[in-house]
Amino acid sequence: MQGTELQQEAERQITICNACRYCEGICAVFPALQMQRSFAAGDINYLANLCHNCGACYHDCQFSPPHEFAVNLPKTLAEVRNDSYAQYAWPQALAPLFARNGLKIAVLTALSVTAFFIGLIVLNAPGELFRAHLAPEGFYALMPHNTMAALFGAVFLFSLVAMGMGLRAFWADANAVNTVASSSPSIWQAIRDAGSLRYLDGGGAGCFNEDDQPRDNRRLYHHLTFYGFLLCFAATSVGTIYHYGFGRIAPYPWWDLPQMLGTVGGIGLAIGTGGLLAARRKRLPDLVDQRATGMDVAFILMLFLTAVTGLALHILGGTAAMGVLLAIHLGVVFSLFLTMPYGKFVHGFYRFAALCRHAMSRRHGLNPAPPDRPVPAAARISGG
Amino acid sequence: MSRMNGQAVPATAVDTSCDVLVAGGGNAALCAAITARRKGASVIVVEGATKFYRGGNTRHTRNLRCAHDEGNEILTGPYSEEEFWDDLMRVTGGQTDEELARFTIAESKELWDWMTDTGVRFQQPLGGTLNLGRTNAFFLGGGRAMLNALYAEAERIGVDIRYESPVTELEIDNGFFTSATVGGPAGPYRIDARALVTATGGFEANIEWLKEYWGDKADNFLIRGTENNRGSILRLLLDKGVEPVGDPTQCHAVAIDARSPKFDGGIVTRLDCVVFGIVMNNACKRFYDEGEDIWPKRYAIWGRLVADQPDQIAYIVFDHKAMGMFMPSVYPAIEAPSLRELAGKLDLDPEAFERTVTDYNAAVREGTFNSQELDDCHTEGLSPPKSHWARRIDTAPYYAYPVRPGITFTYLGTRVNREAKILMQGGRPSANIYAAGEIMAGNVLGKGYLAGIGMTIGAVFGRVAGKEAARHAGN
Ligand SMILES: Cc1cc2nc3c(=O)[nH]c(=O)nc-3n(C[C@H](O)[C@H](O)[C@H](O)COP(=O)(O)OP(=O)(O)OC[C@H]3O[C@@H](n4cnc5c(N)ncnc54)[C@H](O)[C@@H]3O)c2cc1C
Ligand code: SF4
Ligand code: SF4
Repeated sequence: MQGTELQQEAERQITICNACRYCEGICAVFPALQMQRSFAAGDINYLANLCHNCGACYHDCQFSPPHEFAVNLPKTLAEVRNDSYAQYAWPQALAPLFARNGLKIAVLTALSVTAFFIGLIVLNAPGELFRAHLAPEGFYALMPHNTMAALFGAVFLFSLVAMGMGLRAFWADANAVNTVASSSPSIWQAIRDAGSLRYLDGGGAGCFNEDDQPRDNRRLYHHLTFYGFLLCFAATSVGTIYHYGFGRIAPYPWWDLPQMLGTVGGIGLAIGTGGLLAARRKRLPDLVDQRATGMDVAFILMLFLTAVTGLALHILGGTAAMGVLLAIHLGVVFSLFLTMPYGKFVHGFYRFAALCRHAMSRRHGLNPAPPDRPVPAAARISGG
Repeated sequence: MSRMNGQAVPATAVDTSCDVLVAGGGNAALCAAITARRKGASVIVVEGATKFYRGGNTRHTRNLRCAHDEGNEILTGPYSEEEFWDDLMRVTGGQTDEELARFTIAESKELWDWMTDTGVRFQQPLGGTLNLGRTNAFFLGGGRAMLNALYAEAERIGVDIRYESPVTELEIDNGFFTSATVGGPAGPYRIDARALVTATGGFEANIEWLKEYWGDKADNFLIRGTENNRGSILRLLLDKGVEPVGDPTQCHAVAIDARSPKFDGGIVTRLDCVVFGIVMNNACKRFYDEGEDIWPKRYAIWGRLVADQPDQIAYIVFDHKAMGMFMPSVYPAIEAPSLRELAGKLDLDPEAFERTVTDYNAAVREGTFNSQELDDCHTEGLSPPKSHWARRIDTAPYYAYPVRPGITFTYLGTRVNREAKILMQGGRPSANIYAAGEIMAGNVLGKGYLAGIGMTIGAVFGRVAGKEAARHAGN
C-alpha cells in the first residue's frame, strides 16, 4: 500500500483483524474491513472515520500490547483520523497551521475578535459599553444587525465551502480504489446510525474510558452536545428568518421559539461539552492520539464557551455586563465558525459520509465483485 | 492480606487461607470461582499469568458449543443433546467416557443462561464461520471479552484474584489436599484451603515434556496459545498418585504460518488454503493428498503431517487463481512472478521446486472446479494424488506460505467423576481436589476435536467443581 507510515501501520493492524474477526459484532469498522482484502490510503481513512474510539476492541483484543502483534485500533485509527482532517482540509495551505497549534489559534481568534467587537461598540456607540441596555433595542443599539449578519454570514459561508471541499476530497479518496457497486447513497440508514450513535456502545456493553470497564457516559455527553448544537443552530436560523422574513427584531420574549431553542440547546451544549472535556481528561492514555494537536480540545472548548457565554447573555442580557459579554460571545462564535473546517468539527461530516458508504456497501457490495467471495465449503475454517 | 486485583503485585505476600483455592485463570477457573463464591465460600484465584495474559488459552477462543431445544435471537436453530452426542462420537470415534460426556452435553444446556446472567455477551457469526451459527454461541469480542466479563463479576462478588501467582507445590496426603505454595514475584507463600480446584490447562507449552514423545521435532513446534500452560499442576498431581486419562503422546496440531511467534499467535496464524494448492517439504517433495476431503475434516491432520517432514517445515504453493478464496491470515503470502523466483525466496532448490509443480500440473485432470463440494478436479498417475480441487499452478503471480506444526492443546489429563472430583489411581475419588477444563478434557474428548467443546467442558466442569468444592468446604 502507498500512504503514510501511519496508514501503513493501520493497514498492518487491520490485516490482523481481517484474519481474526473476533470483533466483527462490535462496530461497523470490522464488517467494513472484512469486505476487502487490500487497503488503499483512502480506505484506511474511511475506516478510521468509521471508528468512534469506543475502546471496546482494545480491551477485547488478545493481541493488544504488550502482545507482539500490538493491535490497538482505537489509538491508531484516532491518529489516522486526526491526520485525515488535515489531509482533506481546504484550502490545504491552512491545514498544517491549524494542525499544529489548534488550541492557541482558536483562543487567539476568539480574543482578537472579541477585542474587535469591543472596539466596534466603542466606536459605534461611545460610552455605551458598560450601560445597561433594555430590550427591545438592546443588542442592536450596541452593534448594528447588518454588520453582525454580514460578518458572520461571510465566515459561515467560508466554513461551509471549506468543509464541503474537504468532504468531497474525503469521499473521492474513500472511493478511489474500492468503489461501491451502486451510486444511490443509503443516507437514511446513515442518518439513523449517526443520530443514535448506533455503534458508539462497544457492541452493546457501553463505551470504555478510564479503565477496562464499560461505564462511560461519553455517548450521553455526545448526544447532549450534538443535539444541543443543533438546537442552538436552529435558534439562530429562526431568529434570522424572524428578522429578515417578518421584520421581528431581537431580543425575543422568553417563550418565543429562538429563546426556547437557544436556552434548551445552550444548556445541553454546556453540559455535553463539559462532560466530554472532563471524560477526556480521565481517558486511558492507551486509547488516544497522544500527539495532541489541540484542535479537538479547541473545538469542544469553543463549543462549551459558545454555550456558556450564550446562556450568560440570556441571563445577564439586561445588565451592564451585556456589552462585554456580547463581544465575548460573538468572538467565540466567530472563532468557532472560522476554525470549524480545520478541527474536530469535520469529524461529523466525515463520519456521516463513512456511515453512508458503509450502509451503501452493505447493501450493494463493492466493485468489482468483492474480493472476499463467500468462504467456500472446501475451505471453511474449523471455527475454534 | 487485602484484596487485590493484579493492579499491583506486592513484593511479598503472607501465608493465608480460604475455603476454596482455584488454580488457573481461564474459563474453567473463573466458572468455578464464581460458582463457589456465589455459594458463600471464600475464594482465592491464583493465576500464573500477568493480568494481560490472564486466562491462557481462553483468551484465544471465540465460541462455545451448547445444546439447546430452540434457537434464539442468536443461535439460528435447535441443537439437541442427541445431535451433540452424535457429533462427539463422530470426532472421537467413541474415545469418550459416555457417562461424563452425556452429563457434559446435558449441562451445556444451562450455559447460555448462566453466561448471559454473568455478563457475557454473544453475537451471530458473520462470515467464514456461518456454518457454526446454530451449534455454537460466539462471544461478542471473542474470548478475552468473555473473560473480562467473568473477571468483572468475580471481582464484584468478592473473589480474591491474584495474578503472577503460579502454584509451585501442592501438599496432598493420600488424596487429601491441605495447602499450596504460591511462587512468582510475591512468593513463595502458602495458601491453606479446604478444597482445591485445578484449572490450569494442558502442558502444550512445555516443550521439554512434548519432547518425551516427539523427540527433537518438538523444538520446531509453535504453540498457538499461552506459554503459561506448562502442565506443572498436572505433573504434580500425577506424581502424587492421581489417575491419568487421555493419550499422553497426542496433541491437537494444525499447520500454521511458520513466521508466527513461538507462543500466543492465536487464531490469526491459521491457513486455510491447503486445498487450493499443493504442499511440499523442504526437499520439494509433496507428501499428502491436499484435496482428500473438505478442510474442516482435514485441517487437524496437517500439523502432524508437517511434524513428520524434515525440519518440521512445509510450503503451501498456489497461484493467482486461488488468491482470495480463503480467509486472510496475519502475514502476507510470499509472492513471485515465476516459480523459480518463488523457490529462491523460499530458499528451496529452484529446479526441484519447478519439477514438482510441473509434474503436478501434468497430472492434473481439470473438470468443473467447485469449491463448494468434492469436485472432479483431480490428478492421475501422481503419488500422492490430489483428489479434489486440483487445478494447474500456472498463472502468475505465484504464492507460498511456509507452515509449521501449531499445537492447540494436549490430551493427557486427570481422571474425574461427575462431581469433577479427581480420581486417585485405583478409582477412589480424592477427598477435596477437583479439576476442570483442559486439564481433564481428555475424559470427554479422548481424540479429535469438535469446535467449541473446549469451552463447554471447561464451563460445565468449572461450575460443577465450584459448587462441589463450596459444598465440601461448608461441611
Ligand atoms: C487459538 C486457539 C483457539 C481456540 N478456540 C476455541 C474456541 O473457539 N472454542 C473452544 O471451545 N475452544 C477453543 N480453544 C481451546 C480452548 O482454548 C481451551 O479448551 C480452553 O481455553 C481451556 O480452558 P481452561 O480454563 O481449562 O484453560 P486456560 O484457559 O488455558 O487457562 C489455564 C490457566 O492456568 C494458568 N496456569 C497454568 N499453570 C499454572 C500454575 N501452576 N499456577 C497457576 N496458574 C497456572 C495459565 O496461566 C492459564 O491462564 C482454542 C485454543 C486455541 C489455542
Ligand atoms: S481488535 Fe484484536 S480481537 Fe478484535 S478483530 Fe482485531 S485482532 Fe481480533
Ligand atoms: S474503538 Fe470502538 S468504534 Fe473504534 S474500531 Fe474499536 S470497537 Fe470499533
